[in-house]
Amino acid sequence: MSEKKLMYGNHAIVEGVIAAGCRFFAGYPITPQNEIPEFMSIRMNEIGGVFIQTESEIAAINMLFGAAAAGKRAMTSSSSPGISLMQEGISYIAGADIPVLVVNVIRGGPGLGNIAPAQSDYYQATKGGGHGDYFTITLAPNSAQELYEFPKLAFELAEKYRNPALILADGLLGQMMEPVEFTYKPIDPDTLSEPSYALSGCKGRDRRVVRSYDLKPGKLEEMNWQRLKKYQKIQETEQRFEATDCEDADLIIIAYGTCARVCDAAIRMARSDGHKVGLLRPITLWPFPNNVLAGMSKTVRNFLVVEMNMGQMIDDVKLATECRSKIHFHGRPGGGVPTPPEIYEKIQAILGGAR
Amino acid sequence: MTSEIIIAGFGGQGVVSSGIILGHAGLFEDKNVTFFPSYGAEMRGGTANCSVVISDEPVASPIVASPDVVISMNEPSLLRFEPMVKAGGILFYNKTLIKSVPTRKDITIIPVEANAIAEELGQGRIANMVMLGALIKKTGILKLETLKMAQRERFTKADDEQLSLNDRALERGYELL
Repeated sequence: MSEKKLMYGNHAIVEGVIAAGCRFFAGYPITPQNEIPEFMSIRMNEIGGVFIQTESEIAAINMLFGAAAAGKRAMTSSSSPGISLMQEGISYIAGADIPVLVVNVIRGGPGLGNIAPAQSDYYQATKGGGHGDYFTITLAPNSAQELYEFPKLAFELAEKYRNPALILADGLLGQMMEPVEFTYKPIDPDTLSEPSYALSGCKGRDRRVVRSYDLKPGKLEEMNWQRLKKYQKIQETEQRFEATDCEDADLIIIAYGTCARVCDAAIRMARSDGHKVGLLRPITLWPFPNNVLAGMSKTVRNFLVVEMNMGQMIDDVKLATECRSKIHFHGRPGGGVPTPPEIYEKIQAILGGAR
Repeated sequence: MTSEIIIAGFGGQGVVSSGIILGHAGLFEDKNVTFFPSYGAEMRGGTANCSVVISDEPVASPIVASPDVVISMNEPSLLRFEPMVKAGGILFYNKTLIKSVPTRKDITIIPVEANAIAEELGQGRIANMVMLGALIKKTGILKLETLKMAQRERFTKADDEQLSLNDRALERGYELL
């Protein structure tokens, strides 16, 4: 066991990205993720990596495309409005089948919104986000520890499937301090092998081309069908979740990120009063953990979705449960953060106070 | 045991530093901790607050709705947070700067002449350390020696003179109760 260090969530991401062997960051400042570029500029300088404060988010995502096409682990971070600006680039990267890591520390929206924590970019993250048929692998950490651990996982998944990966955090996770244990040996980027598509100079070999299009008639359609196979494979093999106290539960709460933490506290209150409540925490939002939820819906009559938005995950829950169960919702859009007593009240209302 | 603490005051009174020091101290004593600051458009002279949870169990929610302990460093924060203290909880308030008198009957109210004591030691800005000393003596959640270590973890650029002064402020607060 290595020593634990009290860290901001935003700083934990930086350490996780560097430990994952990433040496390229390009980004543009925005609250509540400014501690990422700030700390990244210090750390990349210390270890001889690349840090670029770009002129815009659009420049950042396209620099990322270039660095990743050259075969390097590359990442950017932003918050909601900035991620919207990056969508064109993410679509191009998805169309070119290139792995990158994008971190979104979500704030209240739509529009300029506010700088408070939110989860209102769920649709954008899990349904593609930009134009064209594509999906991005989406991870939802719920602690500083996971903010440290998930960049490595995100790069590994992104590279395994040659697909962009997103980490979806929120203002609270970024601004909160928690102990972090450095659980794995930092990866030396020089030990990572060069991917088959890397544009690394074609002297002595055939040239390689990275692009998101093919103008030959029918070719783009074929490329899309190929990509669908990849998405199906990801959906079959990469669903991740954490289920707590679900075995005997009369009610299962479904929540990710910050909301999962708050619901965990509410469930402890409910359990101590004799209510049988469990928590299903999706760790991958795409692929959504359909299989476990489909199984649960055969015996559990009530599910409660809790999100810091107007109910964007409900669609996925309804599809997974095939309308066998009743889906309740408690949400706080626009930067609101729920409290444990407020969730407990909702639990009591659903269970009718029955023990 | 779980202690949920809110520290509130003007920006510049060391509210956020106090929370981080408690976080470091909790970690030094092998407890689970979370620290969450308000991070709106805060500035020196504006209002600031932070939530700290120190627990023997893994911390579920870093959001504190009804704190066991509140430290109020100024008048507006007393008005805002006194009603939130859990019944049976403790309210520490900075009597030097707060003219109102807390009215709750179901909580323990502890006035601390934080700024007066800090000025007596020669530096008004260490009033937060006086408060922390009082807090750990009354609640017993952390040891004085751990807090002395924790403030060194927080103020890595401070000189020995300042760190010793902080120690004395912690001790003065500790000896009050």
